[in-house]
Amino acid sequence: MISWLDIIVQGFLVGGFYALFATGLSLMFGVMRLVNLAHGDFIVLAAFAALALVQQFNISPLLCLILIIPLMAALGYLLQRLILNRTLGKDVLPPLLVTFGLSIVIQNFLLLTFSADSQKLPLGTLTTASISLLPGLNIGLYPLAVLIIAAAVIGALQIFLYQTKLGAAIRATSDDATTIRLMGIDNRHIFGIATALAFAVAGLAGVLMGGYTNFSPASGPQNLLFGFEAIIIGGLGNLWGTLLGGMVLGVAQAIGAEINPGYQVLAGHIAFLAILLAAPRGLFPRMAG
Amino acid sequence: MSRNFALAYAAILLACAALPLLGDNSTRQLGLEFAATLTLATLWNLLAGYAGVVSIGQQAYVGLGGYLMFALVVFTDMPVLLALPLAGLACGLIAIPAGRLVFRLRGPHFAIGTWVLAEVFRLFFAQISALGGGSGMSLPIMSILAISHSRPDRLLLFYAFAATLALGANLLVFLLLRSRFGLGLTAIRDAEPAAASLGVDVMWLKRIVYIGVAAFTGLTGALIFLQNVRISPDAGFSVNDWTANIIFIVVIGGIGRIEGPLIGCLVFFGFRAAFADFGPWYLIGLGALAILIMLLQPKGIAGLLHRLLARRTARPGFANSKINRAL
Amino acid sequence: MFLQTKSLTAFYGDFQALFGIDLTIEAGELVGLIGANGAGKTTLLRAITGLLPAGPDSIFFNGAPIGGMRAENLVRLGIAMVPEGRKLFPSLSVEENLKLGAASGRQGAWNLGRIFKLFPILEERRHAPATKLSGGQQQMVAIGRALMANPTLLLCDEISLGLAPIVIAEVYRALPEIRASGTAIIVVEQDIAQVMRIADRLYCLREGRVVLQGPAQSMDRHEIAQAYFGALA
Repeated sequence: MISWLDIIVQGFLVGGFYALFATGLSLMFGVMRLVNLAHGDFIVLAAFAALALVQQFNISPLLCLILIIPLMAALGYLLQRLILNRTLGKDVLPPLLVTFGLSIVIQNFLLLTFSADSQKLPLGTLTTASISLLPGLNIGLYPLAVLIIAAAVIGALQIFLYQTKLGAAIRATSDDATTIRLMGIDNRHIFGIATALAFAVAGLAGVLMGGYTNFSPASGPQNLLFGFEAIIIGGLGNLWGTLLGGMVLGVAQAIGAEINPGYQVLAGHIAFLAILLAAPRGLFPRMAG
Repeated sequence: MSRNFALAYAAILLACAALPLLGDNSTRQLGLEFAATLTLATLWNLLAGYAGVVSIGQQAYVGLGGYLMFALVVFTDMPVLLALPLAGLACGLIAIPAGRLVFRLRGPHFAIGTWVLAEVFRLFFAQISALGGGSGMSLPIMSILAISHSRPDRLLLFYAFAATLALGANLLVFLLLRSRFGLGLTAIRDAEPAAASLGVDVMWLKRIVYIGVAAFTGLTGALIFLQNVRISPDAGFSVNDWTANIIFIVVIGGIGRIEGPLIGCLVFFGFRAAFADFGPWYLIGLGALAILIMLLQPKGIAGLLHRLLARRTARPGFANSKINRAL
Repeated sequence: MFLQTKSLTAFYGDFQALFGIDLTIEAGELVGLIGANGAGKTTLLRAITGLLPAGPDSIFFNGAPIGGMRAENLVRLGIAMVPEGRKLFPSLSVEENLKLGAASGRQGAWNLGRIFKLFPILEERRHAPATKLSGGQQQMVAIGRALMANPTLLLCDEISLGLAPIVIAEVYRALPEIRASGTAIIVVEQDIAQVMRIADRLYCLREGRVVLQGPAQSMDRHEIAQAYFGALA
């Protein structure tokens, strides 16, 4: 009995990672109806960037966040203004194909720069520390911290979106990107800000993920799929729902892994498809697809 | 599409098909690969370029077709040449419930959903040890020899099959577009809401095309892995081989145009011959090219050629709303 | 001349919507713009506000050429629009919609307090989601939002659309006060009688061209009907 509780708790905790993967994706879709197929690859890019800094300057990966987060934000802003803004419009194809192309480019760029080897950011015992709530029930402190960080990030985003002027401008732009211009606000700039935010969270996600699990140039798509599943399970347009969705996904994977280690990822996909079948709009939807 | 154009295109296609027949084994091998790729590209173009169904998970059916064919041969001792079409058919049948699922998603989410589906297939087959599990398996020698004991003969047969598939796919698209069915598709492509308001059952059309393409794709996949003799989950359901390359081919060649896939394949194979030694650089170049084309010349090389030819023979332009691009 | 257009043309892709419009408005004037659906009235307003690209020498504001400038920059210069269909932001409350109108940072007579004095019902419902209000109240929010930018030129696109006559009257009651603060106004209207009551001058568009213009008082109905629908042989 306890071991099943333990499994479910582990699953919950992993949800924090998936929620972080998903938040940036959700933000970009919410504001611009744009799905960045390279999102997972940008997360991995951040992890590799941290790796490079760690190897070059011998500093802790967590310290790298100070540099990685603003750099990723700047990258996101530039990417949106220079490339992605040009793909926006009624046609679904351009953003999909351009971001898909970006995904391939990033994966191969990482392959060239770092080799195909699996990597991990050195965090030592930080990632294995745990406390025992009950005999047999271990709470990993690192994933717990990540879950708390994910909740904090979502909470901060909610406050930003609902209590600040810029946040109101972003919400308005997601409603009507043409009329926002009649308010004297440049919609191209707002899109850039949204992507900058999304990339900042992706940078955070990359470094935190990189310290906990192995990553390689080819791991990007996996992160994209997990983030996407968390969003759909939780419901579109609801960041808190995404957090819950990530936890549901984590639990499904944990259960699958317990039955057979090879079933882990598959179990998550099946849970996703099951929810898609039973509740197509997700558990807590707030916006139409 | 003008009659002259259709005739010219058919001629080029037939010439491409006949060429490898004159060559040696390695030319036929290349020709087979070209034909299979062209078939997949033509089918993806039909799906995305004409029916507006943007799938990045067609590898699901390439691998599924391969595995089903292998399963039929291994488990029921079925002759390979019978297993092939059955595998394709089975893919079409599986696409019915699968389509039901993924069509619950819209637009870009649908695209990712198709990818998840492919991953489910990949992970599923990796768990079936009777089919080689994670490392895959080879076709039993006896089944191969049953086709013919001569490798060159087998290659010729496979090549002929592949060429037939490619020609068939192009013919299918051609006939489809001229039929009432096809008019509905073109209407969807040009203006979906308008098409819907005119009574074109958009959803039904999309599903039918999705299922049909799945069956055809499965058949092609079965052939690919037949001539490969070996299949594995990673090879069968590879995103890079069966989606990324195919998408790049169609985009570069010209999406939504019947000649797009052929042009794209010629460019792709040419590039590969020239640059494949550069490994990841080659893929970076291909990806960057696809991005540039999508940004600057979304109609691809075919679109560019049409524009240049149209200038020679002045034709009235059509209204093309650019409102949404007034960023 | 406060605002002047010179042979203004406008296109939607390959489709030409405006064919050489010459329009002027003086500071503090109220100009009416009438015409059948599709005549080009909304297109003209969109061109003036920068939502549609215009040639560099086609529009002059206070003597300076503004053709081709982006909409968000024109707001900063003092041109604001109440768009057709109101286009309120559904995700935002009444107050948030109004405050967004001031995002351009222009100072002037109009602020939240003054908008609430003009339309008291909005203060009562300030925290409600903007699109949950009645049609007339939403129109007031839309007008208030445009006023928050303290424009010197206000464009009103079909503000009476879909509203009951009594509500229309209430909405139009606001216009004299807006004029009094020195703002020039262009009013696009389907209701010709309404426009003739308040406008100084009138332009009538048909198929992208100005077919009639002049002081509102001196126009007769027959003249307008002819221009509106085209000469009936």
